[in-house]
Amino acid sequence: MKKIFALALALMMVLAAFAGCTNGTTEPTEAPTGTEAPATTDPTPDSGASEPSAEGEKLVIGGIGPLTGDYATYGVSVKQGAEMAVKEINEAGGVNGLTFELLFEDDQADAEMAVNAYNKLMDNGMQVSLGATTSGACIAVTEEVQKDGILMITPSGSQKECVQYDTCFRICFTDPDQGNYAAQFIADNKIATKVAVIYDKSNDYSNGIKDNFVAKAAEVGLEVVSEQAFTDQSRTDFSVQLQAIASSGAELVFLPIYAQEAAYILTQAQSANISAIFFGCDGLDGVIEKIGADNVSATEGVMLLTPFAADAQDEQTVAFTAAYKAAYNATPDQFAADGYDAIYTIKAALEQSGAKPGDADFNEKMVAAMTAITVDGLTGTMTWSADGEPTKSATAVVIKDGAYVAYAAE
Amino acid sequence: MERIKKKMKPLAGNLITLAIVCVLFAVVFILVETGHATRHMRAMLVPICINIILAVSLNLTVGFLGELTLGHAGFMSVGAYAGCLFSIAMKDILPMAARFPLAMLVGGLVAALFGVLIGIPVLRLHGDYLAIVTLAFGEIIRSVIINLEFTGGAAGLKGTPQDSTFAIAFAVVLITLLVIMNLVNSRHGRAITAIRDNRIAAEASGINVTYFRMLAFVIAAFFAGVAGVLYGHNLSILSASTFDYNKSIELLVIVVLGGMGSIRGSVISAIIITVLPEALRELADFRMLIYALVLIVMMLLNASPRFAALKGKLHYGALVDAIRNKANKEGKAHE
Repeated sequence: MKKIFALALALMMVLAAFAGCTNGTTEPTEAPTGTEAPATTDPTPDSGASEPSAEGEKLVIGGIGPLTGDYATYGVSVKQGAEMAVKEINEAGGVNGLTFELLFEDDQADAEMAVNAYNKLMDNGMQVSLGATTSGACIAVTEEVQKDGILMITPSGSQKECVQYDTCFRICFTDPDQGNYAAQFIADNKIATKVAVIYDKSNDYSNGIKDNFVAKAAEVGLEVVSEQAFTDQSRTDFSVQLQAIASSGAELVFLPIYAQEAAYILTQAQSANISAIFFGCDGLDGVIEKIGADNVSATEGVMLLTPFAADAQDEQTVAFTAAYKAAYNATPDQFAADGYDAIYTIKAALEQSGAKPGDADFNEKMVAAMTAITVDGLTGTMTWSADGEPTKSATAVVIKDGAYVAYAAE
Repeated sequence: MERIKKKMKPLAGNLITLAIVCVLFAVVFILVETGHATRHMRAMLVPICINIILAVSLNLTVGFLGELTLGHAGFMSVGAYAGCLFSIAMKDILPMAARFPLAMLVGGLVAALFGVLIGIPVLRLHGDYLAIVTLAFGEIIRSVIINLEFTGGAAGLKGTPQDSTFAIAFAVVLITLLVIMNLVNSRHGRAITAIRDNRIAAEASGINVTYFRMLAFVIAAFFAGVAGVLYGHNLSILSASTFDYNKSIELLVIVVLGGMGSIRGSVISAIIITVLPEALRELADFRMLIYALVLIVMMLLNASPRFAALKGKLHYGALVDAIRNKANKEGKAHE
């Protein structure tokens, strides 16, 4: 009897949990439609959105990324950025009479799940792929993309092999490029000569940047006085690394890592009175939110080499950030901007090629168009070479009073 | 007569398990060949086979030897890296038909070697201690792989030829099932289960406890290594982060859900646990929540005596007995 009672109670709790869940998710999805329509001030939002789809011509774009698990923030950002772009394009009447449809599947940043997700998307009629959000998963996906020959544009797969096949392109910088740019930037602007590095040994992104940074640093006359490693098992306490850096006399600490670990490092460096400049790459984007309002003074003077900063004052970024905040109640990060740019890149390729999804040579036309287009995106003005790499300029921002400010050479 | 029947029973059970697996294979193969299977389904076939091999081999140590090990993913990763490095080196030298079986053998043997190396100190321990030490082993292997150059480090190993196909994976599943079922039903297997049931009694009966524990441990490691090779040749990237303790726990979940010491149970639950998260993709945001809930419900059901009684009623043997009893009664009525 007791057992039955317990079971009934458990069932009720589960039901209650579900009721809470469904309420929680329907609200935000409804909210954007309400706030979005007036924000874009489309004169005929309804007819603009529904007319092309009534003709039935759709371009199905499939994205993959971690929506659950440890790396969920990246997948969610890419998804939301891409969603925004798709919505804007459809509300503006689509491209060549086509509307975009975005399907997004979860892979938990795991290669096997990414391949499963890719196949699921192909079953659902995907015509252009956004690859996968994380590098490892993206490399596994490229193997499948190659068999199908479809166009793939990964927003954020930064390892070299993410674009190893002819139909694969990317929006973000490669890891090696970021290391090179960072060393070059520090030397060109004479920010420091003695530098130290703290990197995540267990992370491919971090290793890739660090290796190239160290190599380039020697080339441009920077002296790397200390290299400190940590792993994903020991990413909360950095006192040992910081002490070593303090005694090495470094003027600048290079942080090719993600925002969460950087937040720990910055707070601990502040309490240890380390006066060196901290310099990071795009992974550091979001560090102000991660560190929290109480410790925001620790981020003062931190520099980032990033193609996107939410507080930049150009018209495009301001509009994007406002719309993103209205839709998702969050500040967009670089991943969201990459996702947004990826969709506009597909649009540009479609306009350039004039291809229709039904064409027999649709994929060839789209791929050929990629090297001919120039996209003026949130993350810079981009062109692509046949090997899939984007060409765009890197810009640096400095954190001042808890906000990103564009870096101005003194 | 009775004695022969008793002896035949496990064999009949094994045959039924093999028959179920073969029929499943035939059905799936026909579906794939006639184009009725979606790409999503087809992509899951090899992972299902890999998980069956892993679960059945882990069942040998957890279910039959009765030792809780949490390092199965470690053996899998050792095998995967060994096999993949072998394949990469032999890519242009050997044809696929020779290279892939050899790679599996290499992966399995290297994993077995690690099984011996780990086994010597670890098998002095029991129960919780053994579980913790094997857990540490898995994590050490992962850290070592991340820090080595030739394994590709944290970026992962790339360039492995994609040789894994459903037919090959299925053949390996059959071999695994045959070997482990025969082992369990052999003299060796009885010694292994005797150690599980009462170590002191087994020792007193003249069973070489250390030898048999090592045997089970190493065979399980061997098949985990083979499964790792299949895994490595199924994807174009092999990264060490896949083989963390979560993977070991997932495998343990499969074994516990299927029932410790039940090979058929391991096969069925490996299929369920692999397919479930993919089948729940339609639920989008709730996917992992529902997955966890379904796991809890399944575990609760599995542990409940009433469900066991229900299962017992649906058991093939029970059905046969029921029919026989009925026939007997009718026969008696005729008399």
